[in-house]
Amino acid sequence: MTQQPPFVTLEGVTRQWDGRGGVRDVSLAVPEGAFVSILGPSGCGKSTLLRLISGLEMPDAGRVRIGGRDVTGLPPADRGLSMVFQSYALFPHLSVRENILFGMRVRRVPRATRAHKLAEAVAMLGLEGLEGRKPAALSGGQRQRVALARAVVSGHPLCLMDEPLSNLDAKLRHSVRRDIKALQRRLGLTLVYVTHDQTEAMSLSTHVVLMRDGQVEQIATPRALYAAPVSTFAAEFIGDPPMAIVEGAALGRPGALVGLRPEHLALAPAGAAHLTGTLREVEYMGAETHLIVAHPAGRGLIVSVPGHAAWQPGQQIGLSLPEEHRVLFDAQTGRARERPAPGSRGHPAPVAPSP
Amino acid sequence: MSDPHRLRRRAQAIHGWLLLTPALAMLTTFAFYPTVATFWASLFSRGTRRRPTEFVGLENYQRLFDDPTFWLVAKNNLLYAGVTIPVSILLALAMALWANAKIPARSFVRTAYFTPTVLPMIAAANLWLFFYTPGFGVLDQIGALFGAASVNWLGQPETALWAVCVVTIWKEAGFFMIFYLAALQTIPPDLREAAQIEGASRLAYTRRIVLPLLMPTTLFILVNAMINSVKLIDHLFILTKGGPSDASKLILYYIWENAFAFFDAPAAAAMTVLMLAVLGALAAFQFFVIDRRTHYR
Repeated sequence: MTQQPPFVTLEGVTRQWDGRGGVRDVSLAVPEGAFVSILGPSGCGKSTLLRLISGLEMPDAGRVRIGGRDVTGLPPADRGLSMVFQSYALFPHLSVRENILFGMRVRRVPRATRAHKLAEAVAMLGLEGLEGRKPAALSGGQRQRVALARAVVSGHPLCLMDEPLSNLDAKLRHSVRRDIKALQRRLGLTLVYVTHDQTEAMSLSTHVVLMRDGQVEQIATPRALYAAPVSTFAAEFIGDPPMAIVEGAALGRPGALVGLRPEHLALAPAGAAHLTGTLREVEYMGAETHLIVAHPAGRGLIVSVPGHAAWQPGQQIGLSLPEEHRVLFDAQTGRARERPAPGSRGHPAPVAPSP
Repeated sequence: MSDPHRLRRRAQAIHGWLLLTPALAMLTTFAFYPTVATFWASLFSRGTRRRPTEFVGLENYQRLFDDPTFWLVAKNNLLYAGVTIPVSILLALAMALWANAKIPARSFVRTAYFTPTVLPMIAAANLWLFFYTPGFGVLDQIGALFGAASVNWLGQPETALWAVCVVTIWKEAGFFMIFYLAALQTIPPDLREAAQIEGASRLAYTRRIVLPLLMPTTLFILVNAMINSVKLIDHLFILTKGGPSDASKLILYYIWENAFAFFDAPAAAAMTVLMLAVLGALAAFQFFVIDRRTHYR
């Protein structure tokens, strides 16, 4: 994240309530035009981080810069950003048109400009014919698009989104996800996107900020995050199914934890197996079948085999964990011990947290 | 249409009527029948031992329109409503907006505002009687500190009605505030934040978002305040008894006087009918005209 000059910078930002929750000492640099996801389990401070950027929350310590300007003490309106809320926060008594125009009205933008921008935003988000409706008369997806239109119409280069898809059903989520990505690219927006869904973060973003307990765990591109997690937390949060973790002693590496992505986990005949576990569950997914294996030294051991598999729970199953795909973590700290040589699998070098 | 289908529909209709019956019976006994009976009574003359009641048509109404006191009382009530309704609603809104903000001792403020509502009107009136009493009343004592002359607030025609208005406003504003406070708490905080990000000032947010969203509450309060401006006369019995020289007399008090002090039931009945007509027209206006322009969630 250091090639371009950063557009949004956080420096040692802290915001806590009675010494608990919130975020602690977070530093982060977002380049212009980037799509950055803030990812983490609930309660990890990702929404707080977004609110600190937006100015809805003021930091106890640290600085926030947007576009090279120190905005730490500025109210949200003076930071030049737009925001999409999880609830959409549409004004229920105003029509779609008035909802989109609200900001321009309070900022006293001339009528001609307003009409022009409204038409543009309505066309861009496919809201033609809905301008006169109240939010209550719209479907969830339409409301979401109105919220996006309201953000787009402001013309601000920075857009913040707080779990914008969590109120949509799974099917709609996929299509809106692609719409957001297309919109971001087309307008050259810098987008900061909060989500707890790792698939969303991985598929949308240029960079992922993984958070844990109010602190940044890892900042990396999706590929680097997947290939080279800095800790067992990152390893087990990313991926579906996530990385399997095995105690090193079982594999001749005492004092370490060995991580392996499920696609590298393979079935092996009894003689050649690194581990032999008990088959706990068989999940048929259609194109593949997940075999969930229990072993006293391992967790998250899931092997996918193509098509349908004729395995029965309770059977003994041999697994191979190829040496070259293993990621080693320190058993005490859970931090990555040595990274696998990045070149070997075509993954780019992991990016260190900045600045 | 098949036979069992029709039977079931009939059973449903009977079921519906059965459910409506208790309310219908109560309303008929205590609201509809008295209304009709009152109207009927207003068409007959006042009976004495020598001259029994007889049908006189609209003569009672004619008598009422010729009565200068009736017009004075109507004017008083109009002024009373015109002052107490807007002032108590505006005050309630201001108090609710303040008590809803992040202020220290918020629950104390809320409780303090609500206290007058808990008091019975008679008790409140007695309290204010003590405030208004010339000489040793609280208002006069405070005035004396600044060298002001003693004022008999309730005893002079120019101030009596206004003094009564103040008591009503004091009593009602806290009650209405509770409704506003409840409505304010249903407005999601996201809306304020979205408005903030769009660059709306606090004033613009209040005017463009909060007030329109409070409209259903305002309408409800308006109906209540209007009814109360006619109905709530308890304090008159304590404070002024309508005096001096009818300066603070309101319609319901005058009706009560006619019926139970002057024993002129037909005049009271005629006045009641007129009052019901006016209230009915107001309610219709509110629900059919204002209601349409109000956003309900």
